[in-house]
Formats: sequence, C-alpha cells, structure tokens
Amino acid sequence: MPVIPLHYILFLSTALFFIGMYGLFTRRNMITMLMSVELILNSVNINFVAFNKYLYPENLEGLFFSLFIIAIAAAEAAVAIAIIINLYRNIRSVDVEAADDMKF
Amino acid sequence: MIGSEVVFYILSAFILVTGGLAVTTRKIFRSAIWLLFCLTGIAGLYFWLGMLFIAAVQIVVYVGGIVVLIIFSIFLTQQSGKDLPPPVRSRTILSALAVCIGFVLTCILLRNHTFGASLHPPLADHISVEAIGTQLLDTSEHGYALPFEVISILLLAALIACIVLAKRSKSEEK
Amino acid sequence: MPNTAYILLILLLPLFGFVLLGLFGRRYIRGFSGVIGAALLFVSTLCALYVAYNYFSGNAGMPALRRTYTLFGATWLSFGRDLSIDMGILIDPISAMMIVVVTVISLMVHVFSLGYMKGEERYSTYYAFLGLFTFSMLGLVLSSNIFETYIFWELVGVSSFLLIGFYYDRPTAVAAAKKAFIVTRFADLGFLIGILILSFQAQTLDFGWLINNLSSFEHSPFNEPPVFLGLPLVDWGLILVFIGGAGKSALFPLHIWLPDAMEGPTPVSALIHAATMVVAGVYLVARLYPLYTLTRDVQQVVLYVGAISALLAAIIACTQTDIKRVLAYSTMSQIGYMMFALGTYRLFPPSLVDPKIGFIGSMFHLFTHAFFKALLFLCAGVIIHLVHSNEMKDMGGLRKRLPLAHICFLIACLAISGIPPFSGFFSKEDILSAAWRADKFIYAIALFTSGLTAFYMFRLYFSVFWNKPATGHPHAQPLVESIPLVILAIGAAFAGLIPFSHLLIVGGHVHSTIGRNAVPPVLIALLGIGIAAWLYYKQSDRPQKAAAAFRGLYTAAYHKFYIDELYLFVTKKIIFNCIGRPAAWIDRNIVDGLMNGLAVATARISATIKGIQSGKVQDYAWFFFVGIAGLAILFIYIVR
Repeated sequence: MPVIPLHYILFLSTALFFIGMYGLFTRRNMITMLMSVELILNSVNINFVAFNKYLYPENLEGLFFSLFIIAIAAAEAAVAIAIIINLYRNIRSVDVEAADDMKF
Repeated sequence: MIGSEVVFYILSAFILVTGGLAVTTRKIFRSAIWLLFCLTGIAGLYFWLGMLFIAAVQIVVYVGGIVVLIIFSIFLTQQSGKDLPPPVRSRTILSALAVCIGFVLTCILLRNHTFGASLHPPLADHISVEAIGTQLLDTSEHGYALPFEVISILLLAALIACIVLAKRSKSEEK
Repeated sequence: MPNTAYILLILLLPLFGFVLLGLFGRRYIRGFSGVIGAALLFVSTLCALYVAYNYFSGNAGMPALRRTYTLFGATWLSFGRDLSIDMGILIDPISAMMIVVVTVISLMVHVFSLGYMKGEERYSTYYAFLGLFTFSMLGLVLSSNIFETYIFWELVGVSSFLLIGFYYDRPTAVAAAKKAFIVTRFADLGFLIGILILSFQAQTLDFGWLINNLSSFEHSPFNEPPVFLGLPLVDWGLILVFIGGAGKSALFPLHIWLPDAMEGPTPVSALIHAATMVVAGVYLVARLYPLYTLTRDVQQVVLYVGAISALLAAIIACTQTDIKRVLAYSTMSQIGYMMFALGTYRLFPPSLVDPKIGFIGSMFHLFTHAFFKALLFLCAGVIIHLVHSNEMKDMGGLRKRLPLAHICFLIACLAISGIPPFSGFFSKEDILSAAWRADKFIYAIALFTSGLTAFYMFRLYFSVFWNKPATGHPHAQPLVESIPLVILAIGAAFAGLIPFSHLLIVGGHVHSTIGRNAVPPVLIALLGIGIAAWLYYKQSDRPQKAAAAFRGLYTAAYHKFYIDELYLFVTKKIIFNCIGRPAAWIDRNIVDGLMNGLAVATARISATIKGIQSGKVQDYAWFFFVGIAGLAILFIYIVR
C-alpha cells in the first residue's frame, strides 16, 4: 500500500514500543509488566512485517521472522508466568518491588 | 486509496489508544482486556497490509493463547478483584521523560533515514500459505527448516521448564 | 703483612663469642659460657699485645717513623664516584695503645665475672653482651674512616644499653639504660651532622685524607672557607663532632647518664664506664687531633668543657654516699682532665716545651686511668658483694675482712691522687704541665681538682676500710676475682714507668717530670688525703660539722647541682608541651584527620549512591535505557 509511506508505519510501531516501555517502567504488578513486554514484541513484529512489505516484497524473510518471534514470545510468556507463580508462592505477592532482595 | 488511508489511521489510533489504556489502567482485568483489543488491532493492521497468514497466527497465538494465559495467571495469583496501587509520582514522571526523549530521538532518526525501495517485483499480491509452508520447511539456501526445528526444541524446553517451575514441591503439598 | 691476620683475630674473636654465646649459650653452653668468653678474649689479648709490641718495636730501627698503617680499605657503600664509605683498619700509635687497653681490661672483667656473676640466670647472655661490647669498642678504635667510627660508636651505645639494663626487671635499671642511650643518641646527632660537614668540606670520609684536606685549608690563603655565625664551617663541624664525643664521654652538660648507669652490674661499670666506652670521646678528639689544634676557638671549647666537667664532678663526688656513684663522678672528673689536656695545644706561648705535651698527657692518663679505675670498680664489686649494699654507711672497718681488696684499693687511690711513684702521678704531671703553660686559670682549676680528687677518694677509702672498728676474718675470695685485682694493681702501680712520649710522638722527648712543677700537685694531694683522714679515720661527727659549714654548697652538690631536674623541666615543660603536644595534635587531627576524613567522605558518598542498586528491576531498566539513549545521542550527534 504505497499510499501510506513506510515511516508512518514505523512511527506507529515506535510509538507502540515506547508505550510498552512506559508500561514496563511504571507498572508494579509483574503480570502487567509482562503485558507491556508483549506490546514491545508486537511493535517489533509490525516493523518486520512492514519492512517485508515495503522494502523486500519479493522475499518472505520478514514474515518468517515475525512468525518465529510470535512463537518465542509465546514460550517466553509461558515461562515468565511460571516464574511469577513460583515467586508468588514464595513471597506471597506479585508486586515487583517486593522482590528486591538483590539490593545493596 | 483514501479508504485505505482512513482505515490505516483508524487502526493505528485503535492500537495506540488500547495500548495506552493497557499500560495505564488501574484494574488488572481491564488491562488484560485492553491488551486483547490491542493485539486484535495489530492483527487488523496485518490484514490491512495484506499479510493474511501472520494476521491469523497473531489472533490464534497471541490473542487466543497468550492473553488467555495471562488471564489464567491473574486468577492464579488472586489479583483479579483488587485494584492496582497507583504508581509513584516520581517514577511516572521520570519514565514519561525517558519515553518521550526516546521517542523523539527515534522519530528524528527515522525521518532522516531514506529507505530504498526494492527494485524487484513483489512475490504475489496475496501470499499463499503453500508458499510459506514450502519455504518454511525448505532445506535449501533460503529455507527455514533449521530454525523451525530449533523453535520446536525451544518450545519443548519451555514446556518442560514451565512444568518444573510451576509445579508444587512435595513439601508444600503436605 | 702477617699482622693483618692477628688484627682481624683481635676484632673477630669477641664477635664470634657474642654470636656463639648469644645463639647457643642459654640452652646449650650455660655455665661454661664464661670460660669460653674469657678464653676467646684471652687469645684476643695476646694478639693485641703481640701486634702492639710489633708496632712499637718493629720500627725501632727507624725511630722517625710512627707509621699509620691502613690495613685494608674495602668499599662498603659507594655514593657515586667520589664519595664512599670504606671499612678499614687503621693502626697508629693511639689505636695500638687502645687495643691493648681495651683487650686487657676486658679480659680482666671477663675473668672477674667468672666469679662475680656466677649463678646468675642469664650468665651466657651477659658474656655475649660483653663480647659484643668488646668487639664494638675494638672496631671503634681501629676504624680508618669516620663513618665506620660512627657505626661502631652506635654499636658501643647499644652494647652499653644492653649491659646497663642487664637486670631488666628492675625499673631503675631500665630507666638508666634508656637515659644513657637517649642522651648519647642525642649527642650522636651532633656527631652525625659534624661528620657530614667535615666530609663535605674535605670531600672524603677517610681519616687520613680528611685530616690532610682540612688541614690544608688553614695554610691555603686562596681558599675562602665558608663561615657561619662567625666561625668557619670546619670549626662548626669539629665542635659538633666534639659534642658527640662529649655525650659518650659524659662531659658537662651531657654527663647525666653516667651516675645512673651504675645500675648495671659492677664489672660492667668497670669495663664500660671506667676504662673504655667513656674514653671514646677523648679518643675521637685525639684521632682528629691535627684538626682540633687548628684554631683557638675550637681549642677553647675543648679546654673549658673538659675543665668544667673535671671540677664539677669532683665537687659532686665529695658529697655522694653511694660507692659506685663516687666512682662514676670520679671517672667524669678524670675524663675532664683528659679532655682539657687535648685543648692546650694552641694556647702555648712559644717555648721549649713541645705543645703536644697535652696530647701525650691525655693519652697517658687514659692508659693509666683505665687500670686504676677498673681496679677501683672491681674492688667496689668485691665490697658490694660482701656487704650487699652500695651505701658507704653500711661499710666500714672492712680491712680485716677484705685484705687483698684493701691493698688494691689503696694502690688505686694513691694512683688516682697522683702520689709518686704510682702511675697516676706521671700522667697527671704531663697534663698539669700542659695546663700550666696554656692557661694559668685552667691550671688553678686543675690543681684544685686534684686536691678534691685526693680528698674524695680517700674519703671513700677511709669510710670503707677504716671508720668503724675492724673485725672479722678474711672473707674467702675466689681466685678468679683475685687475679684481675692483682694484675690491675700491678698496672696501676707501675704503668707510669712506660715512656709514653716515646711511643706516641715521633721524636718525642723523654722529659723529666721530676722538677719544680711536680711538687704542687703532690702537696695538694697530700693535703686532701690528710683532711680526709682527719674527717673519716674514726667515726665522729666531724663530717657533719664540715658539711654544715658549707651548707648551701653541700646541698647543691649533694643534689648534683640540680642538673637532672633542669633537664627534666626543659623536656617535660618545654619540649613536651610546646613542641610535642602541638605536633601530636597535628598528627592526630590534621594528618590522621585527613585520612579519616577521606575514608568518612568515601563512606558517606557510598552510602548516598548505593541506593542506585535498589534491587528493583524497573529502576535498572530505566538506567539501562537512559544509558543507551545517552550513548546514542553521544555517538550520533556529538562524535561525528
């Protein structure tokens, strides 16, 4: 769709990336932090797909990259939740500020 | 042409608004739902771009799998009813500052960069699943058979890891 | 030269004794240590006598030569091309004489201690220290280089410290050892600065070259020697070296350590504080004699310090009641004699008498004094052992109980008083002749002091052996204690017959001392003896009446003219308060404070910034991102 220049889509994905980063910095609940990470991953996905469509339409590389990113994101989300549950069992809280044993 | 522009603007607005709500709302369940909507919006974007397969995968895996998983974990950690505590004022300001600076910097860099379009013709108007599948399992030069196998091992490892991490230890059961 | 081996033996045998007894004596050799020490020293003495005999007679065919042999000079420490500290051995008339004195007296003390220190728990340590001292003293007299002298000087100081503080469980002994060491160390500061000045002026440290180079200053009208406060720098160097010598020789005002040093065992006092160590200062001035005779100013200093010490010590000795302290002050007085005799050269009007008579007299007196003073101390040791007390009032009427000690003590007292034909007469005669020709005032002081010397020595003699009725039968004295007494008594009696001037000076004349000038000292000595006899022959209240007559002077002299109190006042009130305390304050608060402040500042900064490691993931993520953004901006926009 050449009507929309590439960098509009890139602005979109950048904005989504930084929204996700804002959520990562600000949110205290570990699960909401995980959701922010998912947003970041998705923004990267948008980037890959857009590049594939606009810059390299004869290849499918971008598409495969996105595919693999989705698969890995799924695995990572699962493992992260397992860790959160484990940690919840130990410190009875999903507040990320409660897990600050590695401080000075 | 104007139609696709408008669609794009609506989609991007939807994505950004729901994304923003997902990271700022105080109720956790709503945050999960806003995330769900955001992901759906991104799938819509893929549809608009013509990448039908990715859109479908997005909906199936992300929306149908990961968000559901997140909702399960919300239930498991007994968080669904309570409100989230408000963030510390200094942290929001600092984060917003960092985010804005990063955003401006990246946009400037993007704007000044010229992306050269490809000279080759596109593969097809709508890419068929068959083509994707063939290349995914191809063992020749541009094939992705090896990453495919590696991903399956990774998923196996993640599976085992989750089970080991999340299972109750024997002492707890007693 | 075959003598080299003997001379090295002289030096090294006592050192070997020190090492052997020091390392193995306590546990393995024990009671046998004394015999080993004495045997080693006996061999050393024989070697010394042989070397001296060779030296003094070997050149009999060439009487004009009293050569200075530098036996070897091995460069020990080199400060560049021109200046180096060498270790060498120098034989010249005075060093040959001194090795005889040191080894003989040391041998006597070693033998005496076989009996005196028997049963002592740290017997072998005692002999080890004696060996160390003998080695150090021999090294001092044989050194060819002024810095080598300084090294052995310090070694002698250390040995003295160890020996004075031998009974280290007695606080008085420890305090005395510290006092001796500190006072002599303080004087050695002057010595060191003097060495530096002299060696700088002469561009060498070797004695021969030093004397050569600095003497020529005087004769060369073209060299303008540097002047400081009116005196040439060379003179300042000589005066500072003299201060070092004055400290070691217990001259006024650095004499305060000598009476206290009597806390050590009596044989130690005999060796160190009568015969050998305390003459180190005199020896040093004698060694540098050609330089000390260059100018009147330096001569005046030497002369007056010696004379004042002699007089002051004699006055104080008249009032002391501790036998060893009387002998200590007597030593100080005699050393004063030796020192002022060395200061008479320049003051001679032109006359037929060789101005070096002062030098001859001083060295002769050193020789004879060693014998009779060591004898006095050893007799005192015998007396103290018998009476178990140092105070004169506990003694009296001992002549029947200690017949040998009585005779020897009497001989020594006669010698020190200058009664012919004993040795002291001859040596004092030379000194008094020198004083007569140099300065009549000094002669008067010296004469008066001889009278006082006779008086207080015989005061001591009569108080110990007469005063009370003589009872008892002779105390059994071990042979090892008697033999040294006899040998020293022979020396004290007959050493005067040695033609010293012949030995020391090339072409020295044997001048007749039996002349007009010999009479006044003998008369005054007899007067002193008479007064002492009248006061102390029988027990009476005459001494108290005499003391009351001079009450003010008596009290002052009894308290040693309050010099100790003055020193203590200056150190405690002035130096400690005005210099010590501020310095300590600066050290504690400013220097330490700086270091502590740095530490505290570091700790505070660390406490402040440790919050960065908060343990919270989001903080880390924030820092992470800011860092990346910062670097990105840096490298994209600023570093092109």
